[in-house]
Amino acid sequence: MTSIEAHVQQPYKYGFVTDIESEVVPPGLNEDVIRLISAKKGEPEWMLEWRLKAYRNWLKMSEPHWPNVKYGPIDYQAISYYAAPKQRPKLDSLDQVDPKLVETFEKLGIPIEEQKRLSGVAVDAVFDSVSVATTFQAELAKYGVIFCPISQAIREHADLVQKYLGTVVPHNDNFFAALNSAVFTDGSFVYVPKGVRCPLELSTYFRINASSTGQFERTLIIADEGSHVSYLEGCSAPMRDEHQLHAAVVELVALERATIKYSTIQNWYPGDEEGKGGIYNFVTKRGKCAGANSKISWTQVETGSAITWKYPGCILQGDNSIGEFYSVAVTSHRQQADTGTKMIHLGKNTRSTIVSKGISAGRGQNTYRGLVKIMKGAGGARNYSQCDSMLIGDKCGAHTFPYIDVRNSTAIMEHEASTSKIGEDQIFYLRQRGLSSEDAVSMIVNGFCKEVFKELPMEFAVEATRLLGISLEGSVG
Amino acid sequence: MPGRGKGEEGRALLEVKGLRVAVAGNEILKGVDLAIRDGEVHAMMGPNGSGKSTLAQVLAGHPAYTVLAGSAQYEGKDLLDMKPEERARAGVFLAFQYPVEIRGITNSYFLRSALNALRRERGEPELDPIDFLQFLEQKLKAIGWDDSMMNRPVNEGFSGGEKKRNEILQLAVLEPRLAILDETDSGLDIDALKTVAETVNRLRNPDRAFLIVTHYQRLLNYITPDVVHVLADGRIVKSGGPELAQELEARGYDWLRDGVMVS
Repeated sequence: MTSIEAHVQQPYKYGFVTDIESEVVPPGLNEDVIRLISAKKGEPEWMLEWRLKAYRNWLKMSEPHWPNVKYGPIDYQAISYYAAPKQRPKLDSLDQVDPKLVETFEKLGIPIEEQKRLSGVAVDAVFDSVSVATTFQAELAKYGVIFCPISQAIREHADLVQKYLGTVVPHNDNFFAALNSAVFTDGSFVYVPKGVRCPLELSTYFRINASSTGQFERTLIIADEGSHVSYLEGCSAPMRDEHQLHAAVVELVALERATIKYSTIQNWYPGDEEGKGGIYNFVTKRGKCAGANSKISWTQVETGSAITWKYPGCILQGDNSIGEFYSVAVTSHRQQADTGTKMIHLGKNTRSTIVSKGISAGRGQNTYRGLVKIMKGAGGARNYSQCDSMLIGDKCGAHTFPYIDVRNSTAIMEHEASTSKIGEDQIFYLRQRGLSSEDAVSMIVNGFCKEVFKELPMEFAVEATRLLGISLEGSVG
Repeated sequence: MPGRGKGEEGRALLEVKGLRVAVAGNEILKGVDLAIRDGEVHAMMGPNGSGKSTLAQVLAGHPAYTVLAGSAQYEGKDLLDMKPEERARAGVFLAFQYPVEIRGITNSYFLRSALNALRRERGEPELDPIDFLQFLEQKLKAIGWDDSMMNRPVNEGFSGGEKKRNEILQLAVLEPRLAILDETDSGLDIDALKTVAETVNRLRNPDRAFLIVTHYQRLLNYITPDVVHVLADGRIVKSGGPELAQELEARGYDWLRDGVMVS
């Protein structure tokens, strides 16, 4: 295997820094900082109270160390919890967004200007701690669909936010969720009314720019009875020598017969070859199939971050509800990922499907961790899990921790797992048919990930295929 | 006298001289000479461990094999200096003894990618999926096969026989100038063997040469070679016409190994 591993990865493509004047609060976390964030967002009192409650809980919690990842201690007092580009005083239309921000998002392939917008996709662009633009809001409003920054929703749709915020991921759910609940700054809010099929793909793009800051976004999506929405999320950050913390919370609520499809392409800066720098991506994502016959489907392509810690899960409360998790996680260089899902079956005849593809290259460590729990009342529940790992080279690792907890004997569980290695023979076979070694690796990896990629919306599938090619470029010679 | 072909005049398509090859430090080929001219079919026979598959692999450029000495000229170029994909694009095709599986990639997509890599090299326009399907249909028709294997992932879940057939199908689509068949007959039942042999016979033409590596004579009941070579202990110890294969079938290999090197 001498020629495998012969190369190194090409530089991170989105590692540039936008030179823009920002307002950054001094590092440190205390109740005053939380009051300051809340004040900056013009929040009502109940929101501040909720944040403070979360903060006081967080103080009593300790950072989890059960994930299969290694990193040095995080100094939470050294992080700045709010950073926002200074904007001109009033923004009536998107055309008034600072050109530097417009340019930044354009470079990232997310045009927010009126005339260049992606057709069929409404975008909320979040830069550090604030949303800087949300496209197609008016068009969506015609269908009764609310798509706006969560800070705006807290002010303008308080009833909905108050009703659902924290109902899926409580403010004291875990250490990072509690931290997020205390200091979250922006993120997206979606409400799709009864019976409406959202006419556009909704998308949020998260960009970290400022140094020594953390990003703590919070997303809340509510699909009312019989509605349907597909939401996409993308992200990236500059190359920096220091680690930056990203601790997000995403909550999804699907009421009766509603469907939410949530897709992520995670491309945070992964750090350099030696593991210097890179984002710590410690994220809590959970959906609740609250109503009967509802469905939540998670699809994620995780190529970035120095460390990934995330388990998008589904609480299958409604009878006949369906939870799905399709994941591709790539770790290269010294990246570490501990990711998977939790499927909690409460309702009758609930079904879940888990398809996880882990790819490890370089010195990357990739862990699948999943929990399937069938509760007493979940008669006739079914789960199908498939965990496949692929190793490129001989210095990386793949690990699988599937937890299964069945409390109802009528449940049907299936679990399949495989580990394969891209070998010289496979690559040679394709090269013997005329493909270059890069094309050979790309074909093998894409074939391996096919079951997940086919779940992505078209625009994202193309992006994912390309991104995978870039992250693995040169890892096989 | 290696490579006794139909036409003695003119340059050989493939000319191997004094080829010595090692794998994992062991010398397997200890000086092989071989000349194959356009349109010729050569059979390379020999006992297990004689180096037949090594010869096939090294001609295709497998990275695990180290050339210690000697040369191989293909179309007058230094074949050993070319990358595997360059050899493929120049028309060298290896039907693998153990074809690998490529999960999630259909045969049809794989073949189109391979064909387009070859077409790019020749300066021809690439085929889109629709053009490719039409092209494929013609090729399948010409060899009398159906398209049932095309939408299955490459070799995944294929039986041993199906994998070998798939190699021949690729040969038919990629239309190489030099086709090397590495023990394509092993693991085939008699019907599959006949099908493969018939297909190879249909693909024989004055511009295409074959090097058929086989342990047994039975494939040669259906494909009549121009030249038969016997490889033993890393050297070609005897070459002759089709009748040599018959003789090997009757007498085995030992008489060659023990006796004087005849050539």
